[in-house]
Amino acid sequence: MTRENYLSKLKNRTLFIQGDEAAAYGALYAGCNFFAGYPITPASEVAELMAKELPKVDGYYIQMEDEIASIGAMIGAAWSGGKSMTATSGPGFSLMQENIGYACMTETPCVIVNVQRSGPSTGQATLAAQGDMLQARWGTHGDHEMIALSPSSVQESFDLMLEAFNLSEKYRNPVIFLLDGEVGHIREKVVFPDINEVNIHPRNISKEKVDVFGGMRIPPMIEFGQGHRIHVTGSTHKSNGMRDVVSQEAHDKLIRRLNDKIESNRDEISKYELHFTDDMEYLVVSYGASARPSMGAVLKLREKGYKVGFLRLITIWPFSSTIVKELGKKVKNIFVPEMNLGQISREIERFVSCAVHPVSKIGGVAHTINEIVYEIESEVKKY
Amino acid sequence: MKNELLKYLRTDILPTEFCSGCGCGTVLNIFCHVVDELKINPDDIIMVTGIGCSSWIPSPYFSADTLHTTHGRAIAFATGVKVMKPDKHVIVIAGDGDLAGIGGNHLIHAARRNIGLTVFLVNNYIYGMTGGQVSPTTPSNVPTTTTPYGNTEPAFKIAELVSAAGASYVARWTTYQVFHLKKAMKDAILNKGFSFIEICSQCPTSYGKRVGMREGIDQLKDFRDNSIDLKKTAGMKDEELENKFIVGKFAERNRTEFTENLRNINRKFDEVPV
Repeated sequence: MTRENYLSKLKNRTLFIQGDEAAAYGALYAGCNFFAGYPITPASEVAELMAKELPKVDGYYIQMEDEIASIGAMIGAAWSGGKSMTATSGPGFSLMQENIGYACMTETPCVIVNVQRSGPSTGQATLAAQGDMLQARWGTHGDHEMIALSPSSVQESFDLMLEAFNLSEKYRNPVIFLLDGEVGHIREKVVFPDINEVNIHPRNISKEKVDVFGGMRIPPMIEFGQGHRIHVTGSTHKSNGMRDVVSQEAHDKLIRRLNDKIESNRDEISKYELHFTDDMEYLVVSYGASARPSMGAVLKLREKGYKVGFLRLITIWPFSSTIVKELGKKVKNIFVPEMNLGQISREIERFVSCAVHPVSKIGGVAHTINEIVYEIESEVKKY
Repeated sequence: MKNELLKYLRTDILPTEFCSGCGCGTVLNIFCHVVDELKINPDDIIMVTGIGCSSWIPSPYFSADTLHTTHGRAIAFATGVKVMKPDKHVIVIAGDGDLAGIGGNHLIHAARRNIGLTVFLVNNYIYGMTGGQVSPTTPSNVPTTTTPYGNTEPAFKIAELVSAAGASYVARWTTYQVFHLKKAMKDAILNKGFSFIEICSQCPTSYGKRVGMREGIDQLKDFRDNSIDLKKTAGMKDEELENKFIVGKFAERNRTEFTENLRNINRKFDEVPV
């Protein structure tokens, strides 16, 4: 069966599925044809659906011996013409960190799904958290930039996965897809689009021998097996891929370019959603699963007469600093409900001068609307 | 006179950075002969390597597509390459520390899957690039920088391990038996499933000097004098085989290849009417 035939059967269909499954369908729409993974709660459903569906689009699912092997196989496949993906949760994500850096250094397009659960360590294996937000940014060693996205609903898990693949191709960078156990396991309605109406960013592949690692900010790739005898290494390298591990200039030039290609496009990559920010005195910032009760709390607080605005972050990294700076000037306080002890709250503090209050909840249970309302109201009443 | 085999190397970066007396050059030399004699176009080879001296044999010296991966992960990366490029020769050359130490799990699972990779493990019995620390193949009692009072562990028998894990071709030779090794490398490359050769090699800089063999030639003489044909070991006691290099073919089996099995599943969906 061709991919076109497979996707034409899904066109305009409505399914009632989990966020994990929606992410997998999004990947199939994006043209993913290689998945290597290892079972882990709460991410196994991504692998299970890929194992079932990939052969139908002439793609390949392989279950590896661990998460290190999974991300390795995925990077190897990406250089061999594959659109690659893997999915895991905290413990597996920790194991993948070294090779996430390899993917940054070798500018390999690929998507890594992390369906976050409570950590550290084994933590609460079956329960949701948002504890890996900074690990997604800084988990691998050395200076690097990262792209990470976080959906808040099952439909968005599908839609945003297309964006994840497109960004990874456009910027030749791994993209971290930060689901959480809530959005990953919740069941909601998803409407599948017509593949002809979906924007797919094609891989920039050169048929001619060119420098694959320099010469321009985002150079084209060359696929293995085309006779160009390219050299791909995680060591510091020149624009032709050959190692140069002792020159200060070579390292400086390479790493600054890798950072610049993301940093200089920060505003273009940054996606977010704004509500009630025109008249606001207070701002709520949230993302992923915790954005859902946050929105409920904002509505309830406005009913009570508090002028509260809402910023929902969709792109987590690079951080949406431009809009946060701008909104930060308009309000007295910013409240950040998240299922960790203040990871994104701390990032927001770097860009604003008003007070930033984390509204943290951990332990695998999502915030209720009333909990967020109570925390915000009791803070606001102090003034 | 220009050596005919230089066309297989990235000549602009020669000479190699291998130490005087190192066995890596011998392995590279034989590998070039093998590619030449099998008339394989290097454009049809994808080399995958890890970290350590032996990984430098193909990367950067051999002129083909090369994926130089993180430490121990060459076989994992190569698995993804082979799945997407089943018609190419995907060849891993790396060391004992890389493939049997940090990457040991990938090695046995690739053998179990019988994925069509060719793996040449160059066993120099030591972590050479980092300066001579004990490796999983260092014999017992040998002093190294991290076993200053002698190695307290026994060594892995890697060829036997990979054979037990199910690889369809397994052999062990040393850098002394260059013609046997060349023949084995050809057989390994032509075999469709997971093919593995443990190549016992000399490292005078980091290993030989610790066992009284300061020059590369000393270790080659050791290989010459202490190699024993696998076929002759039947009935021999472990004590008799201590400090011997058991060489020969350990496995040659007919098993279906992993990526072929994957493609067979995909073919079933070709037949489904739309």
